[in-house]
Amino acid sequence: MYKQAKWSEPLVFELGAKERIGINLPEVEEEVKQTVGEIKIPDEIRRKIPPNLPELSEVEVVRHFTRLTQMSYGVDNGPVPLGSCTMKYNPRIAWDIAFNSGISDLHPLQDVKTVQGLLEIMYELQKWLANIVGMDICSLHPAAGAHGELAGVLIIRKYHEIKNQLDKKTEIIIPDSAHGTNPASAAMGGFKVVEIPSAPDGNVDLDALKSVVGESTAGLMITNPSTLGLFEENILEIAKLLHEYDALLYYDGANLNGIMGYARPGDMGFDIAHINIHKTFSSPHGGGGPGAGPVCIKDKLVDPDRNIWLRDLLPGYIVVHDEKTGLFTLKAPGPYSVGLLRSFFANTVPLLWAYTYILIMGPQGLRKATEHAVIITNYFAKLVDGLKGFEIPYGKGRYRKHEIVLSAKPLADETGVTAEDVAKGLLDSGFYAPTIYFPLIVKEALQIEFTESETIENVEKYADRLKEISKTAYNNPDEAKNWPKNTSVGRIDVVKANHPRYISPTWRIYVKRMRGVIQ
Amino acid sequence: MVGHPWIPSFTNEQVDKALKTIGVKTVEELFSDIPAEIRLSKEQWEKLEIGLGKPLSEIEAKRCVEEKISKNIMLRSPPFMGGGVYPHYVPPLVKYIISRGEFLTAYTPYQAEISQGLMQAIFEYQSLMAELLDMDVVNASMYDWGSATAEAILMSLRVNKGRRKVILPANMNPYHRRVVETYTWPHVVKIITIPYDPFKGTMDVEKLKESIDDDTAAVYLQSPNFFGVIESSAKAVEEITHSKKSIFIMGVNPISLGLLKSPGELGADIAVGEGQPLGLGLNYGGPYLGVFATRYNMNLIRQMPGRIIGLTESKNGERSFAMILQTREQHIRREKATSNICTNEALMAIATAVYMSMLGKNGLVRLAEVNYYRAHYAWKKMKNIGLNVELFKEDFFNEFPVSFNEVKIPYRTIHEKLLENRIHGGLYIREFYPELGETALFAFTELHFKQDIDYLVETINKILLER
Repeated sequence: MYKQAKWSEPLVFELGAKERIGINLPEVEEEVKQTVGEIKIPDEIRRKIPPNLPELSEVEVVRHFTRLTQMSYGVDNGPVPLGSCTMKYNPRIAWDIAFNSGISDLHPLQDVKTVQGLLEIMYELQKWLANIVGMDICSLHPAAGAHGELAGVLIIRKYHEIKNQLDKKTEIIIPDSAHGTNPASAAMGGFKVVEIPSAPDGNVDLDALKSVVGESTAGLMITNPSTLGLFEENILEIAKLLHEYDALLYYDGANLNGIMGYARPGDMGFDIAHINIHKTFSSPHGGGGPGAGPVCIKDKLVDPDRNIWLRDLLPGYIVVHDEKTGLFTLKAPGPYSVGLLRSFFANTVPLLWAYTYILIMGPQGLRKATEHAVIITNYFAKLVDGLKGFEIPYGKGRYRKHEIVLSAKPLADETGVTAEDVAKGLLDSGFYAPTIYFPLIVKEALQIEFTESETIENVEKYADRLKEISKTAYNNPDEAKNWPKNTSVGRIDVVKANHPRYISPTWRIYVKRMRGVIQ
Repeated sequence: MVGHPWIPSFTNEQVDKALKTIGVKTVEELFSDIPAEIRLSKEQWEKLEIGLGKPLSEIEAKRCVEEKISKNIMLRSPPFMGGGVYPHYVPPLVKYIISRGEFLTAYTPYQAEISQGLMQAIFEYQSLMAELLDMDVVNASMYDWGSATAEAILMSLRVNKGRRKVILPANMNPYHRRVVETYTWPHVVKIITIPYDPFKGTMDVEKLKESIDDDTAAVYLQSPNFFGVIESSAKAVEEITHSKKSIFIMGVNPISLGLLKSPGELGADIAVGEGQPLGLGLNYGGPYLGVFATRYNMNLIRQMPGRIIGLTESKNGERSFAMILQTREQHIRREKATSNICTNEALMAIATAVYMSMLGKNGLVRLAEVNYYRAHYAWKKMKNIGLNVELFKEDFFNEFPVSFNEVKIPYRTIHEKLLENRIHGGLYIREFYPELGETALFAFTELHFKQDIDYLVETINKILLER
């Protein structure tokens, strides 16, 4: 039986004692001190009271954070079948190379002559990624998937600006099954979002699309396979339709792992694509980041008079190779680039991780990863098909790709046990829960993605556990409301956590509340 | 074919069984809904230039990467270069904690009950950073300082709805400014630039008074600014800003707060900064940590971007942690969200929390002092060999501009000669400040020992004498 550690670990502010310190810092050399004399910072800006940081020895720090890790759960602990998140195994060889090869000492503005080795790696990665998605060139610059999306939306904006048609190109079309980041990115890029429904077969409702696409359409953002795990069968027709109106087609790469090696967005007619390095290419999620979100384009002429190409619009620094000198350099954003999206080059550590992963997998391994992820999804679908209280909505009879969405709506209607309760029941058996209540078009959704890293035994156990949960829901629904019991704390009161009288985003606010300083 | 260490799911035998259960003969059938004209065959795919065209053992891969990395030039000491990120010490304990699988391989803690340790660690980051900044609310991170600044500007436009002007100082980090320009470009915003006082190097407060008006949504001040100069008139800037009910945004280097007044004490509404100096390494551009904080005011908090972890209770009354105020975020609000940010730099936030816990209040002050002293030692030494280091008369923290105009040597020449000695000099800033001519920003931290600084100055002196 699963039982998570429960340390009731105090906050770091409640640990330690006066004048303890967790690190030996160097002393300022005596001669340095004498040469400089007193600190001359003007009084009006000099800090008088040291910051209120707790004082701990290194021993206490290591124990504290070790205990916190023991109350956490990642792929190293067991299956994390969060749909759309692609929680595949994060190979330690890639960790070793990314964390230990000395790049942590390299300044992003240092002379490119001094970092030729690293730039060569990044140049190759740029090329490999472009080949994987069937695009012409990538910028490694964006820091995460949503950052890549913002880059893509800004490219769309710049494209229409250069073509002098931005005043009428005001809308971006997004299917209702899309990730929340898509509409949020479109809005940050200054566009109006037009949502289109999905058809019962899981594809975009073509008639609905045709009824909204027009002169005001700037672009369309779509993920393929969709968040239902279904390949968009009409993608070629969609691309043709969009291009007729001079709109650009944007590929959200969050689900690239469902087709990698079998199909490429560039061949489907996409103009822009981003890639989630921390999904398809095995760099770890770190509890919420860092990721990396390279953005790639299929080159085309934007303005023949000024000879502007779509590649000129890419954000950030592109690694270029001078064949004559053999030198690798960084090309800074030019006059038509959407500019810098972050201060410097890229999230190099996750990128080096991905480079190592691709190097070891080779094209054969990448395709095999896709195949096994897809087999596992469809195998799991068979195991839970017909399970009492659950349905598999959309795309009846179709094969899933990397993920599958179950609906617990019958269960909720008949027993009152919701998708959230089901999730908590899974936690109790030592499995992380699926993504729940997403995609929004499925009621009581459980979005499940095992990835190729999961063992067949665990997939079967997961299905068995769902069967037990279904049984409990029908026989003793009250029990389900008390899950989880085996995690470090019981069910959290989310309403209270967000109540204006209780909300405590930091220790200092919590202390003030306890003292009644704020109500 | 034998199994693959990262694809354990099925043996060949199990694949056959699974395919039979699914009801297909071959795995390719599962991809039959991809239109034939765009479906790649195994041969087509394997012909593409991806990796070395074949799988590698991990031993071979390690060798391959090491051989490439060895083409980098090993420097004698860390580069004397800052410009927003700095060579700083990364304690092994920090690296160890963020390498533990329970943190490293976790996802965003959507399931709170099984992720309490991770959430507590992020909450502690928020709380420790709040103490350092003297701000009340800190989010679980932005990508870096530049993007945090851009998001702060967008937030101030939402808070001060209807206002369309933002004021940026000319002495802010020019890379950050470019990010702000990118983020604000799709929106109707007018960016006004306030020049720096040519003698002091700080923001020209008189010019600010002339430029600010009722249409100004926000004023940004960076201290220490891009020149490394401490903005001693920060309080005056705050007063002018608030006299027009504009949002006062301050950008800071967290280590400098061991010696300098905090944004909270100076009255900032939003504080941003770069967490990189607190144990993250330079990483050739990232991952870094965008620090983002605001005051306890629901009008501000509701407009904040990014994830926030809150302290609360479970239904059994146990102290626990949960994601709070999620109705601001993209997965709930979609196009009405305060930002599109999803994946952020959570692990980097935890890394800085570990480092801040190790430093404590005294360690942080001492670290700031070491940085200050080393930089001021270098300043004196450079002055002694006749270099103009007195471009500005206000005090600086760990970075200052050095002019080579007076010695009439292009900085490029100095840089190349230093590099011959495996020394990496400062950041050439003519591109951004042509009025300063042949000037470079030199930075010094706890990683630059006295002998490193002496060697740097001696080498520059030799270059000057060879002229």
